[in-house]
Amino acid sequence: MEVSFEILRFDPSRDSSPRYQTYRVEAEPNSRILDVLNTIKWEQDGTLTYRRSCAHGVCGSDAVVINGKNGLACQQLLKNYGGRTRFRIEPLPAFRVIKDLVVDMEPFFRHYERIKPYFVNEKPPPETERLQDPVDREAIDDATKCILCGACTGSCPSFWSNQQYLGPAALLKAFRFVFDTRDTATDERLKVVNDQDGLWRCHTIFNCNACCPKEIDITDAISRLKVLAVQTRL
Amino acid sequence: MIFKHDVLIIGGGLAGSRAAIEMAGSGADVAVLTKVYATRSHSCAAQGGISAALGNREEDNWLWHAFDTVKGSDYLGDQDAIEVMCHDAIRTIYELEHMGVPFSRTEEGRIDQRPFGGHTRNFGERAVRRACYAADRTGHVMLHTLVEGCIGRGVRFYHEFQVLDLVFNDGVCCGVVAYEIKTGRLHTFHARAVLLATGGYGKAFRVTSNGMANTGDGFAWPYRHGIPLEDMEFVQFHPTGIHGFGILLSEAARGEGGILRNKDGERFMERYAPTVKDLAPRDMVSRAIRTEIKEGRGFPGEYVVLDLTHLGKDHIESKLPDITSFCRIYMGIDPVEKPVPIHPTAHYAMGGVPTDIDGRVVKDAANTPVPGLWAAGEVACVSVHGANRLGTNSLLDTVVFGRRGGKSIKQTLPGLEWTPLPEDPEATVRDHIARVKAGTGELAAPIRKELGETMMNDCSVYRDEAGLTACVAKVRELRERYRSVRVSDKGDVFNTDLLEAIELGSLIDVAEGIATAALHRTESRGAHSRMDHPDRDDTNWLKHSLVWRDEDRGCRVGDKPVTITRFQPKPRSY
Ligand SMILES: Cc1cc2nc3c(=O)[nH]c(=O)nc-3n(C[C@H](O)[C@H](O)[C@H](O)COP(=O)(O)OP(=O)(O)OC[C@H]3O[C@@H](n4cnc5c(N)ncnc54)[C@H](O)[C@@H]3O)c2cc1C
Ligand code: SF4
Ligand code: SF4
Ligand code: FES
Repeated sequence: MEVSFEILRFDPSRDSSPRYQTYRVEAEPNSRILDVLNTIKWEQDGTLTYRRSCAHGVCGSDAVVINGKNGLACQQLLKNYGGRTRFRIEPLPAFRVIKDLVVDMEPFFRHYERIKPYFVNEKPPPETERLQDPVDREAIDDATKCILCGACTGSCPSFWSNQQYLGPAALLKAFRFVFDTRDTATDERLKVVNDQDGLWRCHTIFNCNACCPKEIDITDAISRLKVLAVQTRL
Repeated sequence: MIFKHDVLIIGGGLAGSRAAIEMAGSGADVAVLTKVYATRSHSCAAQGGISAALGNREEDNWLWHAFDTVKGSDYLGDQDAIEVMCHDAIRTIYELEHMGVPFSRTEEGRIDQRPFGGHTRNFGERAVRRACYAADRTGHVMLHTLVEGCIGRGVRFYHEFQVLDLVFNDGVCCGVVAYEIKTGRLHTFHARAVLLATGGYGKAFRVTSNGMANTGDGFAWPYRHGIPLEDMEFVQFHPTGIHGFGILLSEAARGEGGILRNKDGERFMERYAPTVKDLAPRDMVSRAIRTEIKEGRGFPGEYVVLDLTHLGKDHIESKLPDITSFCRIYMGIDPVEKPVPIHPTAHYAMGGVPTDIDGRVVKDAANTPVPGLWAAGEVACVSVHGANRLGTNSLLDTVVFGRRGGKSIKQTLPGLEWTPLPEDPEATVRDHIARVKAGTGELAAPIRKELGETMMNDCSVYRDEAGLTACVAKVRELRERYRSVRVSDKGDVFNTDLLEAIELGSLIDVAEGIATAALHRTESRGAHSRMDHPDRDDTNWLKHSLVWRDEDRGCRVGDKPVTITRFQPKPRSY
């Protein structure tokens, strides 16, 4: 089938503002959006720029906006769009565009680092593993699926209006440690997220859930952090 | 600009981040350079598990693990290194758990374990539960834990800095030249020690489970500086790549009870490996699949199927959630209801940059170290995997030898001088970039495509002299065409067009090494299966190969003895 891809392009050394460029490509219904981008880059226009690596939704490199919705280019097949042949691809909103579909993820990773995204347990460990009940392990299972793609934070109206907001991905990471029964830095992390630029900027609008490629219930994690923060009365 | 750090780690995957953790807090100034954000390293794709004889589900013993690894390697693995790895595996898993890796648990709260191909109890009696795992995203949770461990310990990361060459002065490695992707600026990084942890080269093959960053860069640099590569002919083809995509369906699927069937519905592995059947090692299963297809028992379109339907929805969805979703997303097939089309996919590099058991790069059969240079992970050849790696042993290799490499650097550092940089260390790289930007020949993409085809057709699961000879010639022809490669993007900002062209240079050099070593070895062992030499030949070939690059005369191949301690070579049947 022939599809047309309208791609928002921006090269800081040439363009004063972003512009759409349309490409026509022969593709299979089974092609990923990423396959089509590759075909354009390799056969028509080598200057087209985007991030990618794993090509099957596990590394988090290629979150973009596809027909108005944030998602991974490598996880969406053409046939998922009900026979549609015109596609519009844009960079993630809310982040500064470096070039074409590549945005500056520094603010995203800065927020992530703010919540102390590392395991803490100062107690001397046992000779073997620390025991963890499978039910307790299950509680963080969803949160450990996050691939840090930024689709959620890039879809969050609260983040659009205030870039100091930690955003859903960082809060989800905080959840992953706070609700890990083995981790002991709960109070420190709650202090960071229980802040005007943290939990309380989330107005439970669910945009994040709607676009998470790993189908994580991020909003639920944020709500449970809110409850815990209130209960803990830091 | 010139940056200075005591230690540079090239690659932020499992091997690199584990090495960095080892050195953090030691007073040494350590930096990690990585061309993709560290959490996007391809370690994130590892699904099935990491092995250690914990014995959490049934009796196990590290010596059984060592035996399985030796036998799996078709007796080409160095047994001293294998003993180190399998013995240290147990401590390593506990350590990973203490660092926070969220392993799946048993009812008693211990780390759960599942069976995996080639892992047996009591020296081959029957399959054993040895693979520790976190659902089917073991690599992902390990990578996040280790990279985050680095963040917690204040390790300096240079994300999206692509290294383009190593810097040597008088045979001593004293730094790297790196390209800052965001700005296109070249920088020299001056160091006292450099550790390569750049992962594999899967992109040399058309069908692969590897990511687009796996272009073999870390193999190519030392190789171009006169250091040989070891055992390059051994390329692992994983039997179960999703048909048409090459995306991996972990061996865990068979560990959990999945069965391979041909077009007649027959469980064909019963004929090839009567004892362990579908859990035979990968080289055997990949050959069996190719044979089924060749003899007309495959489906039209050249595939067989992986059948999980008898396992039940709950079991499949709880133990194999990711691969279930891969089947649904990419094939539109629900594995709960229908068998999934699969065929072998290029997966793992058994060979690589030769190192000793402390990660020191060595440059000849006498194991003479290269001062200043270490390597760990998939790019390195210790060699623990020999001619065929067992599933779950690579994740283990990255963390065991990543740690040992880091430890060795830490111990060596106090006595290591700063070797001065040579004059204009960036010259070669700068010229290369200028040449590519000024190129007027073909684009990189068609050359890369032909390379992938050639390697897939003539240098994959089954090989023979005619095919390999043609393959070597083809790769050399591609190198000629590559000399005038052209790019469309001449800019400085995020120029992935240029970087892909440069990466193709690495792939070509690596592919030439693989094909030449494969042509040289006139026997069949592990993943290297020569139709014209179908038997293993211990009299002449129980030895490692070393291949040196020589652009004018083609590669030179030599050898190196295998270390055998406890397990004498025996015929390999399962
Ligand atoms: C789909 C899949 C599933 C697997 N499942 C398992 C499993 O279940 N069990 C198991 O034991 N093994 C498994 N393996 C194998 C195992 O995952 C890999 O061998 C291992 O993770 C490699 O780790 P690494 O640290 O060596 O390299 P990688 O994780 O690939 O990291 C390489 C790093 O080097 C960097 N790099 C590369 N080139 C450059 C450059 N030029 N400049 C700067 N940085 C550079 C990259 O950015 C990256 O950070 C699997 C492999 C695949 C592909
Ligand atoms: S639920 Fe909260 S975090 Fe998610 S998009 Fe809405 S405001 Fe943002
Ligand atoms: S929560 Fe989902 S959308 Fe957000 S970064 Fe993680 S994987 Fe991406
Ligand atoms: S390329 Fe890795 S998530 Fe899409």
